[in-house]
Amino acid sequence: MMNTFVVYVENKPGVLTRVASLFRRRAFNIDSLTVGRTEKPEVSRMTITADADPDQARRIEANLYKLVNVLLVENVTQEATIVRDLAMIKVSAQHEERSHVLELASVFRARVVDVSPDSLTIEITGAEDKIDGLLEVLRPYGVLEMVRTGIVAMRRGKKSGALAASATNGTAQIAMDDDASQSV
Amino acid sequence: MTKTGAAILWECLEREGVQHVFGYPGGAILPAYDALKHSTIHHVLVRHEQGATHMADGYARASGRVGVAVATSGPGATNMVTGIATAMLDSSPIVCITGQVGSKLIGSDAFQETDITGVTLPITKHNYLVTRPDDLARTLREAFYVARSGRPGPVLVDITKDAQQSSCEFDWEAARPQLPGYRPDLSPTPKEYAQALDLIQNAKRPVILAGHGILVSGAMPEIREFADRTGIPVAMTLLGLGALPASHPLNLGMMGMHGEAWVNQTIQDADLLIAVGMRFDDRVTGSLKTYAPSAKKIHLDIDPAEINKNVKVDVALIGDVREVLRELLPQIQAADCSEWRDHIDGLKGDAAVRDIQNLPDNGHLYAAHVINDLWRETRDGQTVVVTDVGQHQMWEAQYYKHDQPYSLITSGGLGTMGFALPASIGVKVACPEAEVWVVVGDGGFQMTMAELATMVQENLKINIAIINNGYLGMVRQWQEFFYERNYAATPLLNPDFVKLGEAYGIRSLAVSERAGVIPAVQAAREHDGPVLIDFKVEQEDSVYPMVAAGAALHEMIRRPNPLEETAEDE
Ligand SMILES: Cc1cc2nc3c(=O)[nH]c(=O)nc-3n(C[C@H](O)[C@H](O)[C@H](O)COP(=O)(O)OP(=O)(O)OC[C@H]3O[C@@H](n4cnc5c(N)ncnc54)[C@H](O)[C@@H]3O)c2cc1C
Ligand SMILES: Cc1ncc(C[n+]2csc(CCOP(=O)(O)OP(=O)(O)O)c2C)c(N)n1
Ligand SMILES: [Mg+2]
Repeated sequence: MMNTFVVYVENKPGVLTRVASLFRRRAFNIDSLTVGRTEKPEVSRMTITADADPDQARRIEANLYKLVNVLLVENVTQEATIVRDLAMIKVSAQHEERSHVLELASVFRARVVDVSPDSLTIEITGAEDKIDGLLEVLRPYGVLEMVRTGIVAMRRGKKSGALAASATNGTAQIAMDDDASQSV
Repeated sequence: MTKTGAAILWECLEREGVQHVFGYPGGAILPAYDALKHSTIHHVLVRHEQGATHMADGYARASGRVGVAVATSGPGATNMVTGIATAMLDSSPIVCITGQVGSKLIGSDAFQETDITGVTLPITKHNYLVTRPDDLARTLREAFYVARSGRPGPVLVDITKDAQQSSCEFDWEAARPQLPGYRPDLSPTPKEYAQALDLIQNAKRPVILAGHGILVSGAMPEIREFADRTGIPVAMTLLGLGALPASHPLNLGMMGMHGEAWVNQTIQDADLLIAVGMRFDDRVTGSLKTYAPSAKKIHLDIDPAEINKNVKVDVALIGDVREVLRELLPQIQAADCSEWRDHIDGLKGDAAVRDIQNLPDNGHLYAAHVINDLWRETRDGQTVVVTDVGQHQMWEAQYYKHDQPYSLITSGGLGTMGFALPASIGVKVACPEAEVWVVVGDGGFQMTMAELATMVQENLKINIAIINNGYLGMVRQWQEFFYERNYAATPLLNPDFVKLGEAYGIRSLAVSERAGVIPAVQAAREHDGPVLIDFKVEQEDSVYPMVAAGAALHEMIRRPNPLEETAEDE
């Protein structure tokens, strides 16, 4: 089963390597990994998806915590989350095909970001299955090139999973909001 | 006050309580060596950087203090890899300091540049690259703290040459560790305690599996009280030996691949396993599919990642052994295990005839004789035995009865041949009062025997017993059992170990008869300097009993026709 982990790490050189190396050496399979800045300059945030049964998922979490630079791990697989992936798809589109492709893009609320005589480049953000769906229908026209960022995930609600890492006293203070609202 | 990085390095080590370091110089660490003259720290010059890491490891295991090894960049650092991996698998707290090329040269394939933090990333608990003197004090404080806290392990600090040379303001107080994500202090919830107590109170056939974590935690009194109060028998892992005296009536002996047959059978028959500071290594469990099939399991371990890794458990008590046992002890009641203990005594039966004291001497010298006589001669004192890896290591574990904690130092998880000799130097440096014996195979001895020179240069009284069987014996045994006696690449042509020892100025003697063992041991004990004894033992002897790799724990290979002159396993 695919698990989604949100991992807060210290923003220091080499931390990505440590995380990637951990998955490799424990023979856990990473499906996707994204990393980026957060609202705190000293903290980076990773979204990792990996195929794992519930026991393995717990061990992934425990092993991540063994990395000294890891601040907080949340397995959000069973949580209400917003998940987004971004893809750019270059699709062959000539003559009459072009309008079909444009139509499909608009059905999926995707945007055309580049136009050339023989092709269109479409940008789409959304949950993975939405992107898979668009890809599926574009494939007959000829997908020339495609790139996806991998997913980022965030729990729904007002403050859930907020991390207040205090870098001065050597302890992490993690503020979790248990009764977070389920609003969109 | 303004100081150079090199001066800060030694001052921080002193403040961390370091009195000895084991190292080897070279270009990238020279500024640090130059500053050593102002320090109170004693530097032990090794002969190979692998030796330095094993010495630091032996030092740490014998004393509980962090061991320190120092090396230069490139080949100096890469020579440490085996020792770091050894310390990692056995949770031993060491700090390795390496020099690195100047920070401006990093990434340029400069002379003797190796990305040692990259190389050691998977085999250290944590590692650091320091490029500015300003970061040194805090990094070193973090390194020592991480190495010794929680589940201990090796930490490497790689320091560029310019960070050693340039100066900055030094303020120890201000350089406090900043480890916002590091949480070594975990403890179980009241509910988990209650669940564990419930299982313990209702068990009819419980066994305690006592591991290395007890020694790490210093929980010997607590585990003993736990056993005494409940009457639950205790089986030991190799690295746990000494955590409960071998002579304690509830101590069953070692479990696992070369454990006693009745100990393994007891585990298979149990209805509750209480694993304490042990990690269900595959040498301990045999096949997991058939492991302790009717037992519930409680796992007390400080590392959450060990829970349900190999063996699925019913209750996890995550925390320090000592603290958790102290919490449990007042709530525990005596269980009536007498029927269960009778059952175990029945399993022992005549399998317990291991004692070889009165066996006739028919001219053959067996390794078991050597170990047993060594034990009888040295049991009175404060003796630490440091073993290498192979058959002799298993015989030592079987025939030397460890009554004291920290009296056996051995490489268990990585099984690193060449560990014993250098590790013994670390042990002796840490515990000068201890009587230190190295028990080493003729193969493993030759992997790190260069450290004999270190031993002599440091004037250390260490006794070395080479169990010389002319083979890479443990591998030969596998070839005998599983490869139709095809002894490919296992016979050894050895040097004259007596002459070799003498070349180093070490008193050396050879023994090839049973009757010579005790006099040789006595002579070694009486001599003030190091002594080397070449015990020429029976060549094709095997370690019994044995659980073949992947077999069920109770399916042991037993000694086919018990040899009169060795101990009988069965
Ligand atoms: C040739 C050979 C044969 C071997 N045969 C056997 C055999 O027959 N039987 C056998 O037992 N071993 C055998 N071994 C050794 C085996 O490979 C393992 O090294 C050994 O079983 C590990 O013992 P352990 O789990 O007690 O220690 P470790 O591997 O050191 O594990 C210690 C555990 O305790 C935990 N811990 C550490 N500190 C604390 C603390 N303060 N509080 C709580 N928990 C803590 C750690 O997280 C870890 O899980 C053999 C090795 C070799 C080389
Ligand atoms: C560095 C290293 N290389 C190889 C091995 C595999 N190995 C395990 S035991 C053994 C034989 C050890 O021979 P010796 O030191 O003579 O001890 P004996 O088994 O004969 O007592 C070997 C080669 C190992 N454990 N470590
Ligand atoms: Mg040998």
